[in-house]
Parts: sequence; C-alpha cells; structure tokens
Amino acid sequence: MTTGTTSEQRGLMGWINHRIPVVDMWREHLTGYAAPKNFNFWYFFGSLSMLVLVLQLATGLFLAIHYQPNTHLAFWSVLRGIMRDSHWGWLIRYMHVTGASLFFVLVYLHMYRGIMYGSYKKPRELLWLIGIAIYLVLAGEAFLGYLLPWGQMSFWGSMVVVNFVTAIPVIGNGIAEWLRGSFIVGQPTLNRFFVFHVFLMPFALMALVLVHIIALHQVGSNNPDGVNIRENLNKDGWPKDGIPFHPYYSVKDIFGVSVFMLVFFWFVFYNPSGWGYLVDKLNFAPANGIKTPSDIHPLWFFLPFYAMLRGVPDKLYGVMTFAAAFVMLAAMPLLDRNPIRSIRYRSFLYKVNLLAMPVVFIWLGVIANGQATEHNMVIGMHATLLYYTTFFLLPYFNRQRSAMTTIVWLVVLEALVWGVDFWMYAIDAHSWGLMLQTNWIPTLYIAFILLLALVSPKLTQDGKVPERLTQGGLTH
Amino acid sequence: MNPGKAIAALGAPVDIDVSKVEPGQLLLAEWKKKPVWILHRKDWMLKTLSEPGLLKRLKDAASQANQQPAPAYVNGNYRALKPHMFIAVALCTHAQCIPDYRPAPHTVTQWWYGGFHCPCHGSMYDFSARVIEGSPAPLNMPVPPYYWVSDTVVRVGEGSPSGADKSWTPSIW
Repeated sequence: MTTGTTSEQRGLMGWINHRIPVVDMWREHLTGYAAPKNFNFWYFFGSLSMLVLVLQLATGLFLAIHYQPNTHLAFWSVLRGIMRDSHWGWLIRYMHVTGASLFFVLVYLHMYRGIMYGSYKKPRELLWLIGIAIYLVLAGEAFLGYLLPWGQMSFWGSMVVVNFVTAIPVIGNGIAEWLRGSFIVGQPTLNRFFVFHVFLMPFALMALVLVHIIALHQVGSNNPDGVNIRENLNKDGWPKDGIPFHPYYSVKDIFGVSVFMLVFFWFVFYNPSGWGYLVDKLNFAPANGIKTPSDIHPLWFFLPFYAMLRGVPDKLYGVMTFAAAFVMLAAMPLLDRNPIRSIRYRSFLYKVNLLAMPVVFIWLGVIANGQATEHNMVIGMHATLLYYTTFFLLPYFNRQRSAMTTIVWLVVLEALVWGVDFWMYAIDAHSWGLMLQTNWIPTLYIAFILLLALVSPKLTQDGKVPERLTQGGLTH
Repeated sequence: MNPGKAIAALGAPVDIDVSKVEPGQLLLAEWKKKPVWILHRKDWMLKTLSEPGLLKRLKDAASQANQQPAPAYVNGNYRALKPHMFIAVALCTHAQCIPDYRPAPHTVTQWWYGGFHCPCHGSMYDFSARVIEGSPAPLNMPVPPYYWVSDTVVRVGEGSPSGADKSWTPSIW
C-alpha cells in the first residue's frame, strides 16, 4: 500500500513520474490496491460495465460521424446511411445498440450484488449513492439516445417521457415546452437530444465513474463475506485477506470479459434485434407525429418502472410512484441498518425478502410488456405494492423484533395494501371483482413473511458471524 | 432552449373543410404541429353524453378546468359550438399520446359507452373527450379556440375573425 518508495524510480519512467505521478497512480490503484481475496463471479460486473462504457464511447464516436440530427434525414441516415452505405456501419451500430442493453444487464447485476452483500453499509454509503447517480445518468443517456433513430417508438417514447414533467402543477406545461423547444417533439428536440447524448451526458457519466472508483479505493472493496480486510493487517501493513488487484483480479476479469464478449457478439452477429427487445420492430417505421402506435412501451430496461406508472390512475401520483422507486434504492443505507453486511449471515426470512426483490422487478417488467388493459393496470398496481413492500420490510430485519412489533408491522403493511385498493374503489377506478383477482399477492406475501416470523422467531434470527468479520467493527 | 420564432410561427390558425366527414367519422387534422380531431357525432353518441352512468364516472363532467378557451365551448355535455361537430386537440392529457377512437359500446370495459381510449397508459374519454375516473390522465382533452367560417369550414386557432383567444393555452396539452 505504501507509495513512498516511488521517488527512487529511475530512468524514463522515473523522470515522468517525478513530474506526473503515473507510476504512483498505477501502484495505488492497481498493483498496490489490496482487494479482498474472496471475490466471486458477482464481482465481474463492475469492471465489465466500465468496459462497455468504453465500447459505447468508441462506437458512439463513429456513429455520430455518420448521423444527421435532422428530422428529415435522421431515420434514413441510420437505416440506410449507417446500416448500408458506411463501411462496417451495421457492426458499429449493432455493437452500440447491444452494448446499451447489456450495459443495463450488467448494472442491474452489479446493483443486486451490492444489495446482497450489503455494499451500501458503512463506510460505503456515498459509494452506493454515487452508483445510484450513475444509474440515473445512464438511464437519461439511454433515453436521449433512443430518440436519435427517429423511428415511431423513438418519437412516442420521448413524447411520453418529456410529458411526465407536465404532471408538475402550473409550471409543468412551460417546462415541457422548454425541454422540447417546440410544441411537440420536433426538430429542436432531436437536435438538443443529440447534443446531450453525445456531449453532455457522456462527460457526466465518465466523471461519475471516476468519482465512483475514487470513492471505492478510499473505503476499500466489500466482499461476499463482508470482511473489513483493512482491519486485519500483517506486519508489513498489508491486509491478511487482501491480494493486489493487478495481476490477480485483472487476470480474473479478463476471463469475465471473454465470457461477456461471447454473449455480446452472439447478439451482435446472430440476434441484433434481440427478439424485438434490443431494437423494437416499430422503430423500423419513421416517426409520425399524428399517429400513435397502438402499443407504446419503453425499452426493456425501463419496463418495470413503466408498469408502476401505468398502475396508478392519476398522473401526478403515477410519476411520483415510479420516481420513488429510485428513491427506495438510494435509501437502502437508511432502510437496512442491520450491522451484518453479507446476506450469508442474515436470517432466512431476510433472504426470502431479498430474493423477492428481483423476482418482483422482473414480474413488473413482464406486466408492462403487455397491453394497457385495465386488467394489466390492476396487476401492475399490486406488483408495485409488492415492490415497495420488499423495501418497507428491510427495517423490520434490523434486529429481532418482539411479537407485538411484528403484529404492528403486519397490520400497517396490510393496511397500506388494502388502503390503496380502497382508494381505487373510492375514486371508481376499478371494481373489487377485478382487484380481488390479484391483491392476494401482496397481502399473502406480507402475511407469509410476518406470520412466519411470529410463529417461528428462529427464522428472523441472523446467523453466527465468523470472528474474522467482527474485527475492527462489524457494527456501525 | 425555448421554442424559436420559426416554431412559434407554426401557431397560425388553420382552416379545415369538414364537408366530407360522414356521421360517425373521425377526421385528423394538424394545427401547431399537434393533431386535431373533428368527430361527426351521431345522435346516439350525443345521447350517451348525458347518461347518468357516464356522468358519475367523469372527473370533470362540467368542464370546469381550463381545457377550453371560454364557457361557450363547454355547452353542456357537448363541449362544442355545434353539438354534432366535435373538435378537440387529440392529445391525451397524461402523456400526449393520441387516444384510439373506440365508438363501439362495451368494448373497452363492460360499462363502456363509447369514446376514446389511450393505448399508452389506458386513459379513457367519452365522446366529448372528457376524462373518465380510473384514467391516469388528470384533465379533459383540450378544445382549441375555433369558429365556423362557413357551414363546412372551421378555423382552428382563433375564436373569431378578430383573433379572439389566439394566445390561449390549456392547462395541459
């Protein structure tokens, strides 16, 4: 870890290092960075995300060279200019499109890794929040880029998203017009989205990734066991449970890269439209401002949030509901204050709840993939309630709760679910017949977790934590 | 970032000839780059607008919100200067999609009286484009300022030859 010896560096590198600390930085962040020795495959996704970011920047550069941000030309400059006329244009574009989608796969896995192993807990709260910021900027980048091919889905997707701001009372309409620079999505919108997509957002993304890594190396990496490796040093001051990032994890990551590349190029070469999920079939028709396609949906990685929006029969509350879904993720360090980091030593019911999170997230996506029927809206509403329930249950597991507390949680959460249904009924939104078809899902889920906790307190008891983990403060 | 002068100039009024719109037919025109509907309502369609079963489901049955330039356009349940010719800006007040024309009763839901249904998020409107409870859309769809130049030609974008309500905008569109 020590970097004090570098001044002895001789030769050309020494000369350079004396003026700009490249050797020091190499040592500090790669050969001298102690990473826990117990990383498993979940730790591939961070470095793979960085690789994809570089790929997106490189392919994006060449796409921007051949692209025309003009409503009359954009569609054809992509479908004919880039896809057919430019040399290897099809490869560059499919790499960019596939890269964007796989970026989200990697980021979602990376985030779930953090949730599983408690990587948002002290001292990594800011690291987690910076990560959430990266996710939001990435979502913005993907949204802006999706308008550029100027297809039907590009156009109507942007139309819908920009109009979320009109949910803000009084000033919303003016803000929407200011963002679009036009009455509806048009030439000024396309031009500015192009500029933001290639100019503003990539800078923000790169800066945030840099800050993310600086923050990571400041506090040190978490690991599947949740060991604080920096609290247990050998006599040279090197963590007993640490190994240098380079060469050990650079070699490991290269293996991850090769597996990822197989998947990546399978899509690029054999399935570039990804069953209609990477490139929507509606996007092969040019944008038409006076014809809404019969089924509008966002790209697959936003589908879960789309189901939340659709499930609420009120514009302002709908937008607030799906915005709060991001807030829930950002609030993880506040919700889960159990001192144990890793899922490995948490209670059985906590594990069940953690497993429910991605299941609900994917389920929401499946619902949003269906048409906007009343039936799907009601299912979406109940799946949204289940999504929030999994987060609201987190503080319950902070320590073992008394029977009385458990009953209070049970009553409050059930009242929330039924309260929403009563509200829907009160405003004449849906009939009970329709709502009763699916509201048993969140109802039974809450009952399942909390009644089991009541009957068998053992199931909420955290496991015995190995001594190695408690050294130097497992607790806050 | 605000709309430039060239864009603003697109806000000029347009004349639309409705002589060929058959009863029950929906015409899609363009004004301010926005889609405008002209619906030739049949008698049975007008009758649905005062059904008590429908009225109790409406968020704003009396069109109190600022979604039409003046009370004259509200005109009871019709929201039109001529009851048979309904004119509205065809943008859902939720996310600005263009709702589908779904005139056949009992199609969208069991109790459906006929009207418009948005394919994006399922908002529902009656034949006067008034929003129905249970929709994510908050307000009725906007009625633009217009007046009849002749029996068959309507000018959309101003409320009179002297340019009344030319700069009026609804709360949401």
